[in-house]
Amino acid sequence: MDTLALLADGFATSLSPLNLMIVILGVTAGLFIGAMPGLGSVNGVAIVLPLTFIVPPSSAIILLCAIYYGAMYGGAISSILLGIPGASTAVATTFDGRPMAQQGKAGLALIAAAVASFIGGTISVVLFTLFAVPLADLALAFGPAEEFALVLMAFTTFVGLGGDDKLKTIIMICLGLVLSTVGLDLISGQPRLIFGDLPGFYSGISFLVLAIGVYGIGEILYTIESSRTAPQVTPAKITLNDLWSGIKTMNRMWRTMSLGSFLGFFVGMLPAAGATPAALMAYGMARSTSKDPKSFGKGNIEGVAAPETANNAASTGSLLPMLTLGIPGSPTTALLLGGMVMWGLMPGPMLFIEQPDFVWGLISSLYTANFAAVAINIALIPLFVWALRMPFTVLCALVMVLCIVGGFAPSQKMHDVWLIAGFGVAGYLLRKADYPLAPLVLALVLGPLMEKSFRQTLISEQGNVLAFVERPLSGTFIAIAALFFVLPLVKYLRKGGRRSIAPAE
Amino acid sequence: MIYKMTRRAALAGVASIAMIAAGATSALAEGWKPQKPIEMVIMAGQGGGADRLARLFQSMIQKEGLASMPMLPVNKGGGSGAEALRYLKDNEGDAHKIMATLNSYFTTPLRTDIGVDIEEFTPIARMAVDTFVLWVNADSDIQTMEDWVAAVQASGGSWKMGGTGTGQEDSLLTAMLEKEFGIEVTYVPFDGGGDVAKNLVGGHIDSTVNNPSEQMGFFKAGKSRPIAAFTTERIDAFPDVPTARELGHDIVYSMQRSFVGPKDMPAEAVAYYTEMFSKLNELPEWQAYTEDEALDRDFLTGDALQAYFLEEREKHAAILADMDADGAS
Repeated sequence: MDTLALLADGFATSLSPLNLMIVILGVTAGLFIGAMPGLGSVNGVAIVLPLTFIVPPSSAIILLCAIYYGAMYGGAISSILLGIPGASTAVATTFDGRPMAQQGKAGLALIAAAVASFIGGTISVVLFTLFAVPLADLALAFGPAEEFALVLMAFTTFVGLGGDDKLKTIIMICLGLVLSTVGLDLISGQPRLIFGDLPGFYSGISFLVLAIGVYGIGEILYTIESSRTAPQVTPAKITLNDLWSGIKTMNRMWRTMSLGSFLGFFVGMLPAAGATPAALMAYGMARSTSKDPKSFGKGNIEGVAAPETANNAASTGSLLPMLTLGIPGSPTTALLLGGMVMWGLMPGPMLFIEQPDFVWGLISSLYTANFAAVAINIALIPLFVWALRMPFTVLCALVMVLCIVGGFAPSQKMHDVWLIAGFGVAGYLLRKADYPLAPLVLALVLGPLMEKSFRQTLISEQGNVLAFVERPLSGTFIAIAALFFVLPLVKYLRKGGRRSIAPAE
Repeated sequence: MIYKMTRRAALAGVASIAMIAAGATSALAEGWKPQKPIEMVIMAGQGGGADRLARLFQSMIQKEGLASMPMLPVNKGGGSGAEALRYLKDNEGDAHKIMATLNSYFTTPLRTDIGVDIEEFTPIARMAVDTFVLWVNADSDIQTMEDWVAAVQASGGSWKMGGTGTGQEDSLLTAMLEKEFGIEVTYVPFDGGGDVAKNLVGGHIDSTVNNPSEQMGFFKAGKSRPIAAFTTERIDAFPDVPTARELGHDIVYSMQRSFVGPKDMPAEAVAYYTEMFSKLNELPEWQAYTEDEALDRDFLTGDALQAYFLEEREKHAAILADMDADGAS
């Protein structure tokens, strides 16, 4: 086995004391960077970049990857504890992570996130190790038509089999798509829906702003209202026993986690997508294939496991096109690419042939990074949970501040702070009216990609709409999407026309 | 080769002037240093020529300690760079934002009504001039420009030519090709050159006019084939690839890679960045990179750069007017 021999050589590199120390350092830094709302892995990697010049090139890249990895683990922490996504990739983790924390199961949710991240990371690194080069060809097979079909599939998983009201889900998707068209048209460059000439809208509506608004602020408003004068916070305690039983609970979720890993890896591999859409799609998939879709959004542990496996798998996946094709799959990998070029490592099809030491050293370091991240993360869980024992009156103010800082930091514009406030109120009202919020966020994330790939396909196929079904790969996705959409109807007919789609018996 | 030597000499001249200029400005720069991370706005998406270059600059600046604060590259490629232009306009007087430009710096404000006049921005430095080459997938039968023209004609207008946003460099060059050969292609816009390169190798489009740096990795792996260069002389990296001019078609087009600041950027900050880039221009790593990736180093700053920008804007206005006239007929 050629690959295994190369990987063994790689471990000789990554297990050297310096590199091992670097991995532990990077993962820990990443964990905290990821946990801070508004400070994602992009900033983390950019800020640490100059420090890497004091170590050899391969160690430098290992450090950057370790931070990237650590941030994927860390994003879940504030999503679960505070209901504010720590990083864009952890938006889907708030859907069920936050309700779990409110039910006093924050520790379990954090364990689920850590273990799921570990599984996702490990499965994807194994895939990477075995199939990196052939998979690069699969990434190339994805043209605009395939991208569109994939996005369509993601939407139907939310509509078709979800437990929520279908009409309301579709309304929310449409609303999200409308929000995603705000800003400059991708193809012609003309401004759209900018409300006269409000400069803040030129760069569009960041979905992180929407997510912080509807989840962070909306959540606080809702909690204040539902608890009136004396807010109840379920005290969260955690013991070693809880840790162990939490890990055992994960044993039941192999199906969800392997689904999330594969999906995350493949979506992350596509240069246009990345970890955020991957996590949202995995959430949708987990819910639509679950026996009890109605419990999602109300604290189902699988709703934490699915996006967390997927975002870690996607972060490994996005390294694949960066290394094999020289095309970054995410903002962070674009930074890594710049660093590699600097050290004279030219990513692209020749990298695996010309620089095997570097490539395999990096791949093997992903294994060690995963072990380090899961160990550090679980060790710190009691500390994180302890933060929740603050009185609600204090926590509420803290969350409010973090929401505003987290929204302001990336763009440094007050415009986004006003938007967060607006979305917060809207989110609160929508939740009172029982509209699902996840499809709204999903549509804003995937909308630009969907619109662009749709138009690119129609332009290149001279307006032939059938192009989407004629190409084998995109045709398959469209067929699956159609299936997801009509399946509820079939179920409905089989059950002899009961009024609503009943949850599984 | 003769051309090459004269160009070197000219470069040396420009570089020495720049060094003198840098020497003069360094006294001014004493007093000012960035107080927070410097945002480097990139007018294009990830993975394209502009993006790779900007990130390479970022790494070099940080490695050599040319700036006292980290650089944060931010891609604002939407709407052929309109997103970045508008962002710079809305941050008037900001001393911590610089923007890496492409030729869409000229064309996007001309084509769209985003209310940006580039004359207001503060020119900092031009680092290089990039070249264009016609590429096809290595599996294609096309070997020469003639084959390409014949294939486009045979397709009856459905030939898929990929490139960056409509109205950006690639589409202008494509329009020039259409005019020169009396052909018609279907132009498919993508977010950045990296996306275009991937779609060519993946077989989703039939040809592109990528910059050499965008295709270099695939070219070395034998996955794409250069057909003709749109330069005055053959490109050193592809000695066997003829120029369009050699083939009797006078199409020459290049792309500037520069940095600008927002309107009313403080003079001390401009001096600081000018010095930073002139030091960067002297780095052996940068010089080696430009040789490998077929870029022309061509350093220019201050008023001379502004004059160059305005002249190029005129040229691009003429090209755009030509395109529109054709479109209307």
